[in-house]
Amino acid sequence: MSARIGVVQFPGTNCELDVQHAVEQLGGTAEILFHAERDLRGVDAVVVPGGFAHGDYLRTGAIARFSPVMGAVADLAAAGGPVVGICNGFQVLCEAGLLPGALQKNAGLKFLCETVELRVDSTASVLTGGARRGDVLRIPINHFEGNYVCSPETLAELCDEQRVILRYIGNPNGSLDDIAGIRNAAGNVVGLMPHPERASDLVLGSDDGIVLLRSLLDAATERAALVAS
Amino acid sequence: MARFEARIDVSHLPGILDPQGATVEKALPALGYTNVTQVSVGKSIRLVVDAADEAAARAQVDEMCHRLLANPVIEAFSISLAELV
Repeated sequence: MSARIGVVQFPGTNCELDVQHAVEQLGGTAEILFHAERDLRGVDAVVVPGGFAHGDYLRTGAIARFSPVMGAVADLAAAGGPVVGICNGFQVLCEAGLLPGALQKNAGLKFLCETVELRVDSTASVLTGGARRGDVLRIPINHFEGNYVCSPETLAELCDEQRVILRYIGNPNGSLDDIAGIRNAAGNVVGLMPHPERASDLVLGSDDGIVLLRSLLDAATERAALVAS
Repeated sequence: MARFEARIDVSHLPGILDPQGATVEKALPALGYTNVTQVSVGKSIRLVVDAADEAAARAQVDEMCHRLLANPVIEAFSISLAELV
């Protein structure tokens, strides 16, 4: 049975079909979950994809966290289910309190759309479980507000518990401690600014995102087995 | 029950980037205002709230700020209230 991934669609989301395509290319099943839905139809994992959810009104992710579907996403996260926020999805998970910190405007005050190099710094997450520490991945970023910031106490906690899963090599946006992606304490909730779905085929210039997406599919399959048993 | 107009000023915490403020600060000298520094562009939110008294209204608006109107990781806020009669 293939892993079933729910891909959340808010008004203004624009990467849901890319994520769906990449998941299906790897043999998974991806279902679009409209933000007004209150249950996740029993999917094994959820991706909150990139875009401009609810127009990014007030702050990026601030309104999206109140969408009905987010209650079910928080329940899945609390139950140990894999939840991954990509780009705007990362901002949504921070606003929802599922991950610490916030994403502020890029240090260069420019919208960045380019392929960057990332180093895998922790494999204890649903997105990096199949990678090796120290792996270097070439994956695109596409954001104006990707500059990760948090309190010194939170940063110390993230570093001590090895919860920074991906760091930029050549920090493009000013992120604190070169942070590109983090996880929660249990490793089942992950947020990252780079777009692995846009590096899922050599025709796109890189397929380095596959190792991340495949890790997510494996985590979803494991989750399905756990729920079934 | 009384009615209050709340004005909420949301600003960036020190150290948080403010590209609008930076751009305005660069533009002002072009108009001859060469003595301006520390320009900050934030948000102003106005709302009307019905509450038993000013303290109750303030407590509720403060809660709204913490829960939605501002993000304490990157923003500070201040509230001013005026009773509408």
